[in-house]
Amino acid sequence: MLLSCKETTRLLSQGEDRRLTFGERVALRVHLAICNGCRNVNAQFKFLRLAMKDLASDGSEEKSA
Amino acid sequence: MGARFRTSSPLAASADFRRQIEDLRPYLLRYASLQLRDAAAAEDAVQEGLLAALAGEANFAGRSNLRTWLTGILKHKIVDAIRRQSRERTAAELEPGSDAKEFDGLFDRRGHWEESPDAWEQPEGALGQKQFLAALEACLRALPERTARAFMMREHLGLETSEICKELQITPTHCWVMLHRARMALRLCLQTNWFEK
Repeated sequence: MLLSCKETTRLLSQGEDRRLTFGERVALRVHLAICNGCRNVNAQFKFLRLAMKDLASDGSEEKSA
Repeated sequence: MGARFRTSSPLAASADFRRQIEDLRPYLLRYASLQLRDAAAAEDAVQEGLLAALAGEANFAGRSNLRTWLTGILKHKIVDAIRRQSRERTAAELEPGSDAKEFDGLFDRRGHWEESPDAWEQPEGALGQKQFLAALEACLRALPERTARAFMMREHLGLETSEICKELQITPTHCWVMLHRARMALRLCLQTNWFEK
């Protein structure tokens, strides 16, 4: 299965919310290997999660959140 | 609260404990406001949470982080408030801009980037910066209401998709669509308002 960039961002997002199937993970890996833009978006989605943690703790470190 | 949560009258709480809890009120209020987007509802949730905390002082004994403990109690009160809010509204429907036409302009007809996204430079450097958190908050407030609620339940309250679906009475697919939409909108917003500045 060859993914478009749009489908890739959809799966990247779902990967933050559920366990992707083996087929989905393979398809993602193939796409990310050749697509810079989607690799950047992947990093940005992961950064978003960190940023939300930061916001919840008001920018201060907290060991057990 | 579970059956093992020992409670006594809120009035029985020690003065010291009461003061420590009061000190955290601004933090808790901010935490609740981010999710509920409604000052009165946030105020109520915090009040309920603080009362529960005062009544449950014995349960805190020995735990290291009061703020973490209070936030945990507050999360339950926030979910209660969300449940009340969604009951007051009609059954969930997608906000406009769903499916096919979504993200128009970002992708071409075959679903490839019109303009390939650039990497953000040293995003970790933004973490902990007050101005960055303000920019993030502004981006969150710019999201459509339902989209924001689902995203905040996931990333702010840290709930699983299954819990979000249950509380908002939507299907997992609908939930994932909203979360995807939220993340795409937030990355664009941060790109414009922070990383390209």
